[in-house]
Amino acid sequence: MAGDKGFEVEGLVKRFGRITAVDGVSLSARRGQVLGLLGPNGAGKTTVVRVLATLLRPDDGQVRVAGADVRRDPALVRRRIALAGQHTSVDDELTGRANLVMLGRLLDLRRTEAHRRAGELLTRFGLDDAADRLVATWSGGMRRRLDLAASLVGRPEVVLLDEPSAGLDPGRRDALWRMIRGLARDGVTVLLTTQYLEEADTLADDIAVLAHGRVIASGAPADLKRATGGHTVVLRPADTGDLDPAAAIVARVAGREPDRSRPGELVVPVAGDAAFFEITAQLRTHGIDVGELAFRLPSLDEVFLSLTGARTTDTEDAA
Amino acid sequence: MTTPLPTAGPRPLATVRHSAVLARRSLVKTGRNPGPIVNGVVTPALFLVLFLYLFGRPVAGTTGAYLHHLFPGILVMGAGLTGMISTGSAVNLDLRNGVTDRFRSLPISRTAPLLGSVGADVLRYLIAVVILSALGTLLGFRAEGGVPAALGAAGLAILFGFCVSWVTVLIGVLARNAEAVTAFSFLTFLPLQLGTSLAAPTDTLPGWLRAWADVNPVTHVMDACRALLNGTPDTGSIGRALLWSAALFLVFCPLAVRAYGRRE
Repeated sequence: MAGDKGFEVEGLVKRFGRITAVDGVSLSARRGQVLGLLGPNGAGKTTVVRVLATLLRPDDGQVRVAGADVRRDPALVRRRIALAGQHTSVDDELTGRANLVMLGRLLDLRRTEAHRRAGELLTRFGLDDAADRLVATWSGGMRRRLDLAASLVGRPEVVLLDEPSAGLDPGRRDALWRMIRGLARDGVTVLLTTQYLEEADTLADDIAVLAHGRVIASGAPADLKRATGGHTVVLRPADTGDLDPAAAIVARVAGREPDRSRPGELVVPVAGDAAFFEITAQLRTHGIDVGELAFRLPSLDEVFLSLTGARTTDTEDAA
Repeated sequence: MTTPLPTAGPRPLATVRHSAVLARRSLVKTGRNPGPIVNGVVTPALFLVLFLYLFGRPVAGTTGAYLHHLFPGILVMGAGLTGMISTGSAVNLDLRNGVTDRFRSLPISRTAPLLGSVGADVLRYLIAVVILSALGTLLGFRAEGGVPAALGAAGLAILFGFCVSWVTVLIGVLARNAEAVTAFSFLTFLPLQLGTSLAAPTDTLPGWLRAWADVNPVTHVMDACRALLNGTPDTGSIGRALLWSAALFLVFCPLAVRAYGRRE
């Protein structure tokens, strides 16, 4: 464990008054891995991140980050980690460059070295043009990139990203994702919290699903999908007039009514590929032309739904 | 990086260096948005001019004589007012928008951000004192006690401002929002700064106000500065001013640091 640059959480408990926000969470990641912590608002994600960042003291459990214990040696942990994300911030009233130089100086870089490092990060994150303007005038996407850049000034071994893309539109999110993947390639261990299943699916090597302060499932994204009820058939008849007879066939074969929440599309979970071939055969027998037909692992959204009985959005309020 | 990483708390010298970096941040922002410091200079300047011409003759016979009573108190008001107006709000804003989270996840002392804010205050007070002194001189004030005593008075006013800053920092750490900080600062400003010997000697005040003015630490600092500036240094009032400063610092600095460290 001594040489490992990842993190290891065992039986973490954190209470706020009478509320137990985190109730026996265990997680770990090896050097260069991205662990996705997935869950709705109020699940305890931010609390876990804040314990790892030494901003909160755990009430119980073992937490080692980058080889140091958060309770016994928080100063050493702080030397090796960086925090970024929705609850962390750069200073609006300074320029982007001044933000990074200030952090460099706080991390004991010499003045010239702090300037050099700031310039290097601004270039790497595509922020050269805006570097000398006040951050208050920047767009949301640029601010998130600066936030990420700010977390890298001290060359951390572990980066904690709390909902890094919350509130970003898809185009800007993609740019941020590329940068997060780049981090892991450089050997940085990343803990990423997110409410977006797609984000966890795209970025994480391993995912832990958190609900009500507990890990209710964990594993590689593909394993999680496999573990929760096999495959899904998605059918889109070429002619929407065929929807009702197609739905009848699908319901008969799968043994349950298909989900018709998307117009023109039928979605149903099936036990195995036999059901898929049976559906195909019956569609042909009944002369229904297929516009689109897929046999796939469930999306993480569907996994989440089957694990928690709740959709990822519009659940509880934030903690 | 040949030295091993220190694993105990940050070293004292590093704390001073980090505080300086953070004080600089605060001053850069003041330079860009000088509203609070302008307020902190204009308000006492207005009081100086208004009081001088409103009350000068009735209270002291001539405006010249009154200026020697009034100006030292105005100087004390100026050194510390910018802190009352802006420092608590700035600390509060950092806590709410996540800047503090970043600082606290850095390997720096958790005292450094607060020390930085208050350190920047000292420079702002110095600017206020210099501007107000220029205005006082323009209006005809002369420090009878000579330059060393005048510097002593300025130093005392700034020292007191530094100690009072910790009260506003504590409020900034505890308050839910910036409006609460502003409301509290405003409510405390009038009784603390005006319920003193600022406008007239306390023995001319009605009983209840005199009782308050006599226990108000600001009165003692104003009295000490007045005596120094007018060439009648009074060790009693200087001693009381220093004691009050020390007491405020020793109580509120640890409280502020503790509250800052504990805010989760």
